[in-house]
Amino acid sequence: MSRWQVIAWSIGVCLSTPLAFLIFESLQGDSEVFSHLWDTVLWDYISNTVLLILGVIALSCIIALPLGWLAAYCQFPGQRFFEWAMMLPLAMPTYIIAYIYTDLLDYAGPVQVALRSWFGWQSPADYWFFDIRTLPGAIVMIALVLYPYLYLIFKTALREQSFKLVQASQLMGLNPIQSFFKVSLPLARGAVVAALALISMETMADFATVHYFAVSTLTTAVYDTWLGYYSLTAAAKISGIMLLFLFVSLLLERFSRKNNTIHERQVSINEEALYCLTGKRAWLATAYCALILLIAFVLPVTILLGYAIDYFDQAWSNEFFVYAWQSLKIAIWVSVVAVLLSLLVVFYQRIGANASKNVPGRFASTGYALPGTVLAIAVLLPLTLLDNKLNQWFANTNFEPGLLLSGSIFAMIFAYIVRFYAIAHGAVESSYVRISPSLDMASQSMGKNLLQTLSLVHLPLLRRGILTAALLVFIECMKELPAALLLRPFNYETLATHVFQYVSDEQLELASISALFIVLVGLIPLYIVNRSMEQHRS
Amino acid sequence: MSSLVLEKVSYQYQQQAVISQLDLSVEHNEIVCLLGASGCGKTTTLKAIAGLIKPQQGRISIHGQCMSHKQLFVSPQHRNIGMMFQDYALFPHLNVAQNIAFGLSKLNKSERNRRVAQMMELVRLEGLEKRYPHELSGGQQQRVAIARALAYRPNLLLLDEPFSNIDTQVRFQLINDIRSIIKDQKVSAIFVSHSKDEAFAFADKLAIMHEGRIAQLDSAKNLFQKPKTKAVAEFLGRGIYLDATRYNGQSVTTKFGEVSSSISLPESEQHGQIYVRPQHIELVNAPQGQVEILQQRFIGTEYVYHIKVADQQLEVPAPAEQLLDTNQPVSLKIKAHAVNFFS
Repeated sequence: MSRWQVIAWSIGVCLSTPLAFLIFESLQGDSEVFSHLWDTVLWDYISNTVLLILGVIALSCIIALPLGWLAAYCQFPGQRFFEWAMMLPLAMPTYIIAYIYTDLLDYAGPVQVALRSWFGWQSPADYWFFDIRTLPGAIVMIALVLYPYLYLIFKTALREQSFKLVQASQLMGLNPIQSFFKVSLPLARGAVVAALALISMETMADFATVHYFAVSTLTTAVYDTWLGYYSLTAAAKISGIMLLFLFVSLLLERFSRKNNTIHERQVSINEEALYCLTGKRAWLATAYCALILLIAFVLPVTILLGYAIDYFDQAWSNEFFVYAWQSLKIAIWVSVVAVLLSLLVVFYQRIGANASKNVPGRFASTGYALPGTVLAIAVLLPLTLLDNKLNQWFANTNFEPGLLLSGSIFAMIFAYIVRFYAIAHGAVESSYVRISPSLDMASQSMGKNLLQTLSLVHLPLLRRGILTAALLVFIECMKELPAALLLRPFNYETLATHVFQYVSDEQLELASISALFIVLVGLIPLYIVNRSMEQHRS
Repeated sequence: MSSLVLEKVSYQYQQQAVISQLDLSVEHNEIVCLLGASGCGKTTTLKAIAGLIKPQQGRISIHGQCMSHKQLFVSPQHRNIGMMFQDYALFPHLNVAQNIAFGLSKLNKSERNRRVAQMMELVRLEGLEKRYPHELSGGQQQRVAIARALAYRPNLLLLDEPFSNIDTQVRFQLINDIRSIIKDQKVSAIFVSHSKDEAFAFADKLAIMHEGRIAQLDSAKNLFQKPKTKAVAEFLGRGIYLDATRYNGQSVTTKFGEVSSSISLPESEQHGQIYVRPQHIELVNAPQGQVEILQQRFIGTEYVYHIKVADQQLEVPAPAEQLLDTNQPVSLKIKAHAVNFFS
């Protein structure tokens, strides 16, 4: 066994420990808290979760499929702009958009106030207005932020199909809508299912919106069980149920991707738009894109900017800098460590000769699909065990470790690495596969050993991939909320927990600069994705 | 002393034998081509020689020094082998001079610069030292690759399908160039290809590979005249088998008459088959002939007839003046040639 193999396997095992502990713990005998929940509210939580996922999926389809079709096939005023702009909502944290719309649409908000003065209504009894802080409201908020996944994947899938297929179907008498349903959509089915699986995983992981709207789902149940009852076992069991959901989503995603590769990808790139929209249709297309963009991004950001200007003195506070620095510190730690680990694992994949060389990477990446709350519980399980052992160990000495691991920022950093390792791995791996294996052979035949090959050939060529990986992990760390809420040491705040605190207290205005900062940071990966897609095309 | 000797080398991948009991030896300053269809194990053989894979059995020695045998395995960086890859494998982050100098870290700076300059001159790329690989044409990249592989004076040069990415118009010019560079540097080389034409133009000897073994190692002429197995004869070009009886040392009889051979035939067996290629066949009008014409095609200077004889099919050229009727059976006349006789 080579030392590279030992390193890679240790990383794989270490990063998959939390999931292993979680599965083990959730299969343990009944806990009192869990059976109580099971008998009372758990089924409501499960049905809420299912309804939430189905709702978000349906609404995402309604929003994103037409957008993807327009962007991939049509020419209309503003098409180039909307093509990338429609991704922007991905940068919005759901709880910020949820807060802003609540503020806008609830009883005291400007919309209802305006309606009342307009029609002369005096009290809530005089008229009906929908309540946004409900399950349907949460569905709308989450779908507004997550639809870009489907949009992006669907658009790309359509682009990769040859326009000739659609043209052929039209020569055979189908109108554009028919050929969409009979040719384009079936061909892109794999991509759509994969995107929806992704969306359902993200929906399940969402904690802040449902918590803010007081809609009880499995995610909030995990949170409440741990912080309310301090029962790790019960929290682990609820997490186990979520794992089942996740497993189904992952299977769907894998399966559809496998199916997708059967279709032959076209090599040449479609040069011109398939449909040139004119007149009323063109403006309708533009209006549709503009409306979605307005609701999902422009309006919330504008309002946030308004808050920031109005409350600048309070929001530009010492707190902002302290929490930004704390977030930054953790994010830098995590991105450096995650990239280093992924480099070691991917390098082993590169040089390993046995069939199991990809296994450590798979193991290490298992944390990615875990929702933040579930991940937090999963990380706490082994860490509290270790802390107990440490305390026993030092029982006869003066040293008292206390919650050395589970109660410090170590727990946060470890959890983030477990969750975001997969991102680093993916970015490093994808730039690794672009390095021709014959370069390794050439380097070796010219007398260089593995370490020299790594430093003289691979690292210079991987520089961009490494930077991208570090940046993506960094950004995810800055945004991560639920795991931070559960794992942060007492009185320790990150930017995200700070903003969420103010959201919960109905005072986002006071944290508006922090919120804007999070949105801005979230825009960076979109820029990277967009640039790599442009490069891909040219 | 031989530059390279492989003795009974076997390599299995996932329980599948890729090369089995392979023997090969390459003499000093000789270019040998491993020629064979895809999947015959030729690239695997090359990788085993380079040390990029470890054969399970057999011995490999380079310049008399054992590189791979039982527990002994010299890793690729200690074999001093030059290798030229199908995609050239030039390092994209290094310029031409840096690429060539990559294997020269043992030399001091001035020696290294001198060697790089020498190699640039050898491959006639003076002035392009600072260019990056993507700024070069395919042929220039190839010359950088050969310069890089030869710069550190390897004991042996390996070339993995180096000409497959080159346009056919310039391919043979490049083959000549590279061949003379290699000959100039007095290094033994092994070259992998699936193209007979490249092999004939580039190599001194050809090793025909078939199912993980060397079926025959010989000069092109000898391979054509004295193929050891039917597989070798068939690989070098299509033909048909005809039952034959040895008449004397210089001729055989077939159902199409006597065929005289320009080389003497083996004495051991009386009955067997001869393998006849189109260029040795003449089609003749014969109403009672046993050859059926399936198709006829005019290709400018001559006709090509698709014929069926003894349940085998073959395309045979015939002069444009000699027009044969596709509905009429014809007969064959086999010209005198170096007869391939298999018992």
